[in-house]
Amino acid sequence: MADPRRDEPLVLGIETSCDETGVGIVRGTTLLADAIASSVDEHARFGGVVPEVASRAHLEAMVPTIRRALKEAGVSAKDLDGIAVTAGPGLAGALLVGVSAAKAFAYALGKPLYGVNHLASHICVDQLEHGPLPEPTMALLVSGGHSSLLLSTDITADVKPMGATIDDAAGEAFDKVARVLNLGFPGGPVIDRYAREGDPEAIAFPRGLTGPRDAAYDFSFSGLKTAVARWIEAKRAAGEEVPVRDVSASFQEAVVDVLTRKAVRACKDQGVDHLMIGGGVAANSRLRALAQERCEAAGIRLRVPRPKLCTDNGAMVAALGAEMVARNRAASDWDLSADSSLPVTDPHVPGHQHTHGHDHVHEVSKENLYS
Amino acid sequence: MLLLALDTATPAVTVALHDGTAVVASSSQVDARRHGELLLPAVDRVLAEAGTRLDAVTAVVVGTGPGPYTGLRVGLMTADTFGLALGVPVHGLCTLDALAFATDLDGPFVVATDARRKEVYWARYADSRTRVTEPAVDRPADIADEVAGLPAVGAGALLYPDTFSEAHGPEHVSAAALASLAAGRLAAGEELPAPRPLYLRRPDAQVPKNYKVVTPK
Ligand SMILES: [Zn+2]
Repeated sequence: MADPRRDEPLVLGIETSCDETGVGIVRGTTLLADAIASSVDEHARFGGVVPEVASRAHLEAMVPTIRRALKEAGVSAKDLDGIAVTAGPGLAGALLVGVSAAKAFAYALGKPLYGVNHLASHICVDQLEHGPLPEPTMALLVSGGHSSLLLSTDITADVKPMGATIDDAAGEAFDKVARVLNLGFPGGPVIDRYAREGDPEAIAFPRGLTGPRDAAYDFSFSGLKTAVARWIEAKRAAGEEVPVRDVSASFQEAVVDVLTRKAVRACKDQGVDHLMIGGGVAANSRLRALAQERCEAAGIRLRVPRPKLCTDNGAMVAALGAEMVARNRAASDWDLSADSSLPVTDPHVPGHQHTHGHDHVHEVSKENLYS
Repeated sequence: MLLLALDTATPAVTVALHDGTAVVASSSQVDARRHGELLLPAVDRVLAEAGTRLDAVTAVVVGTGPGPYTGLRVGLMTADTFGLALGVPVHGLCTLDALAFATDLDGPFVVATDARRKEVYWARYADSRTRVTEPAVDRPADIADEVAGLPAVGAGALLYPDTFSEAHGPEHVSAAALASLAAGRLAAGEELPAPRPLYLRRPDAQVPKNYKVVTPK
């Protein structure tokens, strides 16, 4: 019997916007391979991602990771329908390694190339877990690099920013608090672990931008980070032991309280009954639990992919690439740029000569890509 | 044989195709900030000019630098991935060697390219085919004694006339020279180096200083 999924696009996706070299392969909304090489250990001693270290690691890891993904998926490169790659946003030098590889691979195989947006990919990855995205979908993206609320009616063509952090990303706050507590890098998983044994109400840390006159969907974590650091230093100065578990739990509660409160509010205000959460911080157990609780109370369906699909990976890029092929979006040109500040409103970077009638909105906005 | 040569280690984005006898097509563009955008279209143009396709290529050779990292990686990553997709060998050659080969000099000389930050990537040669020092990165003033009185080629030499008093062209590497050098060595049965980047510098990375106290004293 013929497999009906054979008709769905088979796409390989490459992700190098930060410190993960990710190569994923999907057929439509079905995940076939998710190969990752991470340079996180090389960055740990620096307390943060060092761009040049990441770029060097991407160059080393790329070809072996592509090989691994093809083997894992059990497909031949010549059967691919397209190659997708993160064109931005991200670290410029790191992006360039992935874009160079994707172009060379697509050109050599004679396949179309799709330069896609990293943030839209974080949203689209949920199709691999929970099937086609509802339209519209509200998305809360939280990681070490981004904290955004986005509303999408069509992930290949229409992503609207509702709000974003005005200072630190949520994941950055986790890293900084972990550093003050001497818990190492990255901070997210270790704080999550300690917080499970602590009291989230032990210390009343501030909730940034939650006043009646504050921007309803924007975030701020810089004041919280400073408040936590001051509280810890006061304890240390007084010669008292720092209650790491209670600090972790109370800090984490302050972050996820604001994130979920604003996300649910955005859904209600916009009349959207689906919320997806993605990005590395979506692996946080308390964020998942509180979001579930608040969404249920508000009658909103919550979609959170498994943790491995929330952190940066190639499968998410492949997922968005497959959607581009399925919806007949224009491919990118061979002179595609790595654009470290690609606007979130550009889900992909279509080529110059292609002018699809239905695609006017973002055809216009890519004028500034080469400035 | 059909050898594709690429180099992005200097401000030039340069591509050439060599059929085992001669260079059949080539392209060089100088734009230090657009290596990523320019390389693939250049490959496409060179193949079209030669009236062939990428799948006819039997080997790839890429300049391994030394060169500013971001641009250098564009050529290396492209070459590596072509090798994977086509199933052909990928060789590396020092970019300074290709610059030296383009000179046809038969006495001692120096090759120096711009390493930015007031430094040069450089090496000394006995003649256009024979390098006698390992590629290095230094401030021009610090190597003045070692290069004094020698003819010098490359943008690094032209940039610092106080150190390189007898500087002349070529300024940048050409893939045509890279291809010819590689084709000659392969024909002589030589094994060419692996395509590994010559960074010569450690990544810029500082371990953050001890946690900064934010409480007012
Ligand atoms: Zn991300």
